[in-house]
Amino acid sequence: MNNPLLKITNLELGFNTFQGEHKILHGLNIHIKAGERVALVGESGSGKSVTARIILGMFDELTSANFSGDILFNEQRLDLMTKAQKHSLRGKEISMIFQDPTSSLNPTFKIGQQFYEVLRTANPKIKKQAANKIAIDWLHKVAITDADRVLNSYAFQLSGGMNQRVMIAMALVNKPSLLLADEPGTALDVTVQAQTLNLMRELVTQENTAVLFISHNLGVVREFADRVYIIYKGRIVEQGKTHDIFDNPQHPYTQALMAAVPRITGGGIPEIDDTSERYYDPIFIHKGGEEIGDPV
Amino acid sequence: MNSVVKMLLKRIGTSLVVLIGVSMLIFTIARVIPGDPARIALGPNASIEQIDKLRERLHLNDNIITQYGYFIKDLSNGNLGISLYTNRPVTTDIAQFLPATLELVIFAGFFMVAFGIPLGIIAAKYKDKWQDHSVRILALLTVSAPSFVWAVILMLLFAFFLPLFPVAGRIDDQLLLPDNITGFLTVDALIDGNFTVFVNAIWHILLPAFALSLSGIGQAARLTRANMVETYKKPYIEMAQAFGFSAKRIATKYAFKPSLIPSLTIIGLDFAAMLGNAFLVEAVFAWPGLSRYGVQVILRKDLNAIVGTVLVISAMFLVVNIIVDLLITYINPRIRLAKGQ
Ligand SMILES: Nc1ncnc2c1ncn2[C@@H]1O[C@H](COP(=O)(O)OP(=O)(O)O)[C@@H](O)[C@H]1O
Ligand SMILES: [Mg+2]
Repeated sequence: MNNPLLKITNLELGFNTFQGEHKILHGLNIHIKAGERVALVGESGSGKSVTARIILGMFDELTSANFSGDILFNEQRLDLMTKAQKHSLRGKEISMIFQDPTSSLNPTFKIGQQFYEVLRTANPKIKKQAANKIAIDWLHKVAITDADRVLNSYAFQLSGGMNQRVMIAMALVNKPSLLLADEPGTALDVTVQAQTLNLMRELVTQENTAVLFISHNLGVVREFADRVYIIYKGRIVEQGKTHDIFDNPQHPYTQALMAAVPRITGGGIPEIDDTSERYYDPIFIHKGGEEIGDPV
Repeated sequence: MNSVVKMLLKRIGTSLVVLIGVSMLIFTIARVIPGDPARIALGPNASIEQIDKLRERLHLNDNIITQYGYFIKDLSNGNLGISLYTNRPVTTDIAQFLPATLELVIFAGFFMVAFGIPLGIIAAKYKDKWQDHSVRILALLTVSAPSFVWAVILMLLFAFFLPLFPVAGRIDDQLLLPDNITGFLTVDALIDGNFTVFVNAIWHILLPAFALSLSGIGQAARLTRANMVETYKKPYIEMAQAFGFSAKRIATKYAFKPSLIPSLTIIGLDFAAMLGNAFLVEAVFAWPGLSRYGVQVILRKDLNAIVGTVLVISAMFLVVNIIVDLLITYINPRIRLAKGQ
């Protein structure tokens, strides 16, 4: 069991368009160890969300998407799995949290019903009552005190922060070993976002859940992640322990990034206007950021 | 007061206003189309005196506003006047013929929902695959011809060339009718415990109801598909997929319910429109319903019967709309909860 929990090797992705194939990912290598919190950081459009979606198999039915590369998860090759096999991992072994919790919840079903459905994917025979108990339990874990009321509400009746807590509980209730968090809570206001991220960090630490934390907020990443990948236009340009990346950025793009963002307070990554040829320099891997056996 | 009751009362109120408007309109139209109702009713051999007497009895010599006054006065007593065609109270006629039409329309509405919506779901779930294309072709076909054309085609195919179904009527002549309780033959047969009549009535209603529903099936399928495809783009469906909800549960539940809400209004309107389309389908299948009665009384310029028939059909239309509104309120939590505040 020396292999990491997730190991993506040479992931390429292109979309067929009317102008021919549009390449999005140019051979990504990413690995995550069990329980590790890894951030994937880059400007909007750099290919962060598509990476998460490929891991979940969400592009398998999209005929316009072409992708290749090995994805090893828990000693199994995701890229060789059947649709059904991959589907059976979703929500159980791998789960996902999205940007806007309120629009990620179905407006026509109560939270309780959606929670029940999540629990059913792991245990199809579970009874409503048993599911309700577990749901209440987990809502308590995300610091929701009036769990009954929340379960009996629709998402549009709750605040964004409340919905985010619900999403976190739903994502973790089936004890996945990997959580994909795609800019979680970016739609929320800053303090609420910080609160819910703290909660999430506590819970994933407790449960030893690994996280692929997608973000374009450096301040948040610094708080949250053990290790960081910087992605630029579909290429990883730098990777390493969080403090190495922040204290000692090596790649020209990362340096430009750090210079553009207030270091302490963080904030979103601005579009960096003056693109430099040097942003395409080869990847820089800090010591300790590599996987055992990776070329340094 | 309960908010749903409040809304219901409001809707009934506006419906009554609409009905009054409709009654004025049809009352006037029926009287300005050419032809003397009294002469048509009494036939070519009637004397001037006889005709005059009938005109007097019908208040036809008064001005139209006075006539309308008489009409409203009678109506408030639940009296729609005498039909010159059947010589019976119009209310009696309507009570006899309306249930046959309603039974037909309800069956057709059931077909529309039972076939149209699942077809739409399948088309959306298999968007751009052969299932979707088949449904699209089917839907285009069904809406490309009006229901009475379908009635003729279906009758030719399945009652004539392939004599699987009866050609006309609600029931075989030699069968004894069950007690008239609801006027719906299928229901009355069941109340009576008469299974033979029940099966025979179903056998008779299938073809005309299907003909009447066909374009509705196509509409419902296309509408459901379009709304489902929109819903599939929503973040909460991506969430459901990412969380491993089964594709079937998503199609039939988590994507279906949000899609049904915008579809329902139009499906309801289509259903109500069947009341009108039933006119021609009833004619093709010799269905003894209100529509056939309506055609007869219009041809004879049977004033009371025309006004009565139109009013009843309009009332049905409004009732269907209110029911659809109630359904939407029930299904859409946003509306339900907003009204509950
Ligand atoms: N389904 C799709 N079809 C075509 N292009 C897509 C699709 N999904 C994403 N893209 C493109 O892929 C690129 C990366 O998108 P994404 O991963 O969402 O960026 P981000 O890093 O902001 O999450 C963008 O240029 C986007 O337009
Ligand atoms: Mg994104």
